[in-house]
Amino acid sequence: MITYLVRRVLQSVLVVVLVSLVTFTLLHLLPGGPARAILGPRATQSQLQQFVVQNNYDKPLFVQFGLWFNGLLHGNLGYSYKLNENVSSLIVDRLPKTLVLMALSIVVALIIAIPLGVYQARKRNTVGDYLLTGFSFVFYAMPSFLLALLLIILFSFDLPWFSPEAPQSDSLTAILADGKALVLPVATLALITIAAFSRYTRSSVMENLTQDYVRTAAANGAADGRIIVVHVMRNAMIPVVTLLGLSLPALFAGALIVESVFNYPGMGFLFWQEAVVRDYPVLLGVTLVVAVATVVGSLLADIAYAALDPRVKYT
Amino acid sequence: MTMNPPLPERAAQVSDAIAASSTEPGAPPKSMWRLGLQVFLANRLAIVGLVVVVLFLLFCFVGPFVHHTEQLRTDLAQANQPPGAAHILGTDDVGYDEFGRLMVGGQSSLEIGIAAAVMATLVGTLWGAIAGYLGGFVDAVMMRVVDTLLAIPGLFLLLLLVAIFTPSTGLLIVVIAFGAWLTPARLVRGETLSLRTREYVQAAKMMGGGNRRAILKHITPNAIGTIVVNATFQVADAILIVAALSFLGLGVPPPHADWGNMLSDGTAFTQNGYWWMILPPGLAIVLVVVAFNFLGDALRDAFEVRLRRR
Repeated sequence: MITYLVRRVLQSVLVVVLVSLVTFTLLHLLPGGPARAILGPRATQSQLQQFVVQNNYDKPLFVQFGLWFNGLLHGNLGYSYKLNENVSSLIVDRLPKTLVLMALSIVVALIIAIPLGVYQARKRNTVGDYLLTGFSFVFYAMPSFLLALLLIILFSFDLPWFSPEAPQSDSLTAILADGKALVLPVATLALITIAAFSRYTRSSVMENLTQDYVRTAAANGAADGRIIVVHVMRNAMIPVVTLLGLSLPALFAGALIVESVFNYPGMGFLFWQEAVVRDYPVLLGVTLVVAVATVVGSLLADIAYAALDPRVKYT
Repeated sequence: MTMNPPLPERAAQVSDAIAASSTEPGAPPKSMWRLGLQVFLANRLAIVGLVVVVLFLLFCFVGPFVHHTEQLRTDLAQANQPPGAAHILGTDDVGYDEFGRLMVGGQSSLEIGIAAAVMATLVGTLWGAIAGYLGGFVDAVMMRVVDTLLAIPGLFLLLLLVAIFTPSTGLLIVVIAFGAWLTPARLVRGETLSLRTREYVQAAKMMGGGNRRAILKHITPNAIGTIVVNATFQVADAILIVAALSFLGLGVPPPHADWGNMLSDGTAFTQNGYWWMILPPGLAIVLVVVAFNFLGDALRDAFEVRLRRR
């Protein structure tokens, strides 16, 4: 177990270093080189020269990478000349908002998806099961921006219940306080996640229902409900932990689109706005942070899995 | 979508199809392909998927020859018309006929989706087969590359690439393939690890066959099930990604249309109730993606039968 953890952590660190190498490579692929791309077409030759020297772009590549990576470790993700702000402080400001949006959606998705999956597993191959399977196929195929638009049309214009725009405040507490405006963004992100989660729960519960311990519990006179809640759920939920880790990239991507549709002041919205105006330092910085978050997330999911399931022996 | 387990009701159909095909005494034994085809055809959802895909291909690529519409010059006098006799699905904000635009836009969506999936599958298959077959250090290095790129959430990487290199149809294909080849690479590597120990691969090696021959002639053809099934899902994913990029304004560049930027144009008019600018392209995306997913599921069952009969 300890060896497994150590190896898994080392692997993650390696991937993080490699991801930063990819970002570094992209920085040098920027059209016209990093100086021209970041300072813009109207920068003078002497400004470019100064930028190159300041950022060590005149040194050999591996020295550059070393210096740049050292900067990363000290929280230096570059400077956005378009927003006139440090990329790291932009991210520190925006990332928590994205994480809150994602966390709320995951919680809502789990609260709905798990009972749905259990219901489908128990009533498999009935009309209800087929109907829900059909829904999950459709939601799986539905682009998040289409779903967001449909929800806005239905629940904001046709029925004036919720705001079509996410909370616009700068502070996290004010955003959370404006619950009504959070409903549609969270619902969009949750709905696209529910499809996968409920399918997964369904098959996991179904697999566990065939196990010997279920028969034993039934033979001991345990009621159906008790078997599901006490015995099956504990085992069936373990793979869902892995699924949570695996769905992080999709959730970040979903958050980007949902934030863009609803004007939610998170990191995905920032990324989109700066992609349109080609603010490369922000794009590279956010990409790096999102990748690191994904790596850490899946590492945590793996550790949780190893801790939860004593049957799994790692060497 | 590859995480969905085969549905149990389908498993029943599969075994029915096997039973139906194997119980006639004296009949000549059926080939694996025939058997796979039978299972595929016995699956109603597969037929629905196939029909929807074919209909959309006809609609997008043959439709414009039958239903002529002006898709180059704008006609502001005819802008924002609701569906009617002159325009079956109305017109958009610059007067393009929506029904005709759905066809032309579908061409981009399908072309890019299919081309990107094919490219990703080819690259991924070769990458995975080489890594798995050679093993050792080469494998470790090649798979760390895959791990690294997988760690970067796809949409962010794609938007970054599209912001660096100005998008065109060709570039979009390459960029989307670049984000998508990782899954087939992993799958094929896994398959290769078991295939390379098989007797026939060993025999080919004994007889002096080189690595290239083993990979191209023996490993890849035997992993074809995994490859084809994944390629089908890849098309569905790629169509969604193109639509997302175009919706965000960084996909198919104007004046070209695709379903994603049609939707994004319609977004400006949600408050006016111009549903004909949003629902048709949205529905088209959902239908095509669901159809490809059905196809993928059915192909997986068909190939599983081939394996089971071996």
